[in-house]
Amino acid sequence: MYVAVKGGEAAIANAHRLLAHVRRGDPAVPELGLEQIAEQLALAVDRVMTEGSLYDRELAALALKQARGDLVEAVFLLRACRTTLPRFGHSAPLDTGRMAVRRRISATYKDLPGGQVLGPTFDYTHRLLDFTLAAGLPPPPPAEAPAEPDAPMPRVTDLLADESLIEPSPPEQPGAPVGDLTREPVSYPTGRDTRLQALARGDEGFVLALGYSTQRGYGRTHPFVGEIRAGAVMLEFVPEELGFPVPLGRIALTECQMVTQFKGSGERPPQFTRGYGLAFGGCERKAMAMALVDRSLRARELGEEATAPAQDEEFVLAHCDSLQATGFVEHLKLPHHVDFQAELELVRRLRAEHAARQAATPPMLQEAAE
Amino acid sequence: MTAMSTRGFARLASGAAGTNFGYLDEQTKRMIRRAILKAVAIPGYQVPFASREMPMPYGWGTGGVQVTAAVLGPADVLKVIDQGSDDTTNAVSIRQFFARTSGIATTTSTAAASVIQTRHRIPEHRLKEGQVLVYQVPIPEPLRFLEPRETETRRMHALSEYGLMHVKLYEDIARHGHIATTYAYPVQVAGRYVMDPSPTPKFDNPKMDDCPALQLFGAGRERRIYAVPPYTRVRSLEFEDHPFTVQRFDRPCALCGAADTYLDEVVTDDRGGRIFVCSDTDHCEERRAAGHRGEAA
Repeated sequence: MYVAVKGGEAAIANAHRLLAHVRRGDPAVPELGLEQIAEQLALAVDRVMTEGSLYDRELAALALKQARGDLVEAVFLLRACRTTLPRFGHSAPLDTGRMAVRRRISATYKDLPGGQVLGPTFDYTHRLLDFTLAAGLPPPPPAEAPAEPDAPMPRVTDLLADESLIEPSPPEQPGAPVGDLTREPVSYPTGRDTRLQALARGDEGFVLALGYSTQRGYGRTHPFVGEIRAGAVMLEFVPEELGFPVPLGRIALTECQMVTQFKGSGERPPQFTRGYGLAFGGCERKAMAMALVDRSLRARELGEEATAPAQDEEFVLAHCDSLQATGFVEHLKLPHHVDFQAELELVRRLRAEHAARQAATPPMLQEAAE
Repeated sequence: MTAMSTRGFARLASGAAGTNFGYLDEQTKRMIRRAILKAVAIPGYQVPFASREMPMPYGWGTGGVQVTAAVLGPADVLKVIDQGSDDTTNAVSIRQFFARTSGIATTTSTAAASVIQTRHRIPEHRLKEGQVLVYQVPIPEPLRFLEPRETETRRMHALSEYGLMHVKLYEDIARHGHIATTYAYPVQVAGRYVMDPSPTPKFDNPKMDDCPALQLFGAGRERRIYAVPPYTRVRSLEFEDHPFTVQRFDRPCALCGAADTYLDEVVTDDRGGRIFVCSDTDHCEERRAAGHRGEAA
């Protein structure tokens, strides 16, 4: 007698137990601590926080550990946690001009007020595997420079703005609502605030590839890195009942201002335009790619013909989220046999009709038809 | 970072026990209920809603789960099916989720349930007044594969511009002699909006028409909710000379002998052996309990 398959409940529970066991790995190897992940896999933590839209190194480290190092899964865990948190409001605009800078470079000027500060970067390292690291040898101490706490470090875009060569920042709109796609569904066309939010949360690989595509001619913008700066910025919040900003603490950020060519239009003189990227921690690649795509998505606003994927707001925003993408791709693992049955029945019927037509056609005509 | 605080651990360790009834917070539920009310008021119209990130992946029923969470009350009895069955892994997982986060009673019986969340099927048992059927929807837009742009499809709905869909169905007939859409077969609701019934086999389409139960559709990733209120006209698209037809199976269920249900084809060996059994496992079990027998039982 045939008995329909059962026991999904026990199978799921057992799969989860096995996963926990495999996640831990060989018990003879010491277990990873969250501090180790947060300290030594800091850029993975930064990426999970950026795409997870939650600034919490501890939770991001836990997510990475629980996800066995799978970044998209870790982002998922962090987002699922974030979604249960209340939202009190939005912070006062960050002033990245007052950033405690750890790294600051400009590709458009050889030198500039505040100087070029390389900071802790992979740039200019030779990518050779370092076997002293495998041996666990301590690194030499970092070089030190005398502190210049009051040295001004103006944003490069502000330097150019003095000549009106570059478009100014959009005027501040105090009290204007701030888009939040986690609280309001996106409707197209949408505002730049929502686009930037989507790009900041977007999958680094996807945003990177889109930014790259603009460099290869699919919506070319002739970009220059006006400035990349990374460091700590004070976050301030204005509680309604107080009416003045209260500091909440410092967060680590990387900001990228991409400066791009613009030949001008009927209304606007020739001028450099800008693309903007901002990410938590040291996600520099992400900030750069985001700035490229942000600029490309301004095509409509600047009166440019939108022909490339990176200029297509609906295409970019609808596909940049790794959770939406991975969820829908991976849902193909779920059973689909009811629909497959419907297709089976159709294909059988089509084949039967095809065979009947073939049988009804005299052989000579069949050959002629071929 | 010097020492890790235990704040995060405490928050996560509290787990489901620390979350609100039905997982979502009350503000979120209110937002979803508003979308549902609008959807009921405009049958078949896709209402955008601020879909939340859920602890299960997009594409695995996050829309259905949010709708269910928003309509569940403590007195409700929940049934969850996937492919018609209460026993498939995702149905088990979602049922456990609600049992854990709301503590409500669950059932596998269609008749005993007040809320039924489903993926890909409508129960065989006729639904009754007061019941809510919640569909999990992957792509809510019936015109999506004809026109990928949301801005365009919304305009087409606004203008009732459904010619493209009829052309697609006509092309099927021209090529195959009949319409080659077997599931997610488009319907028109209350004579107005063309709607995607979710990927249920078209066998189930007639059950949507004049149904005494409230039918709610949740698409989490695409952030849309739509609805068919009780006793609403739901017509499958068709032509006068090519009327809508449903799948027919040329044999009854091998377990319960039912000849009027949707069947799963089960491969029984590697020599071409196969049997056909009811996809709706609860319906099949009920019939067998009542003494019906098929050839393999």
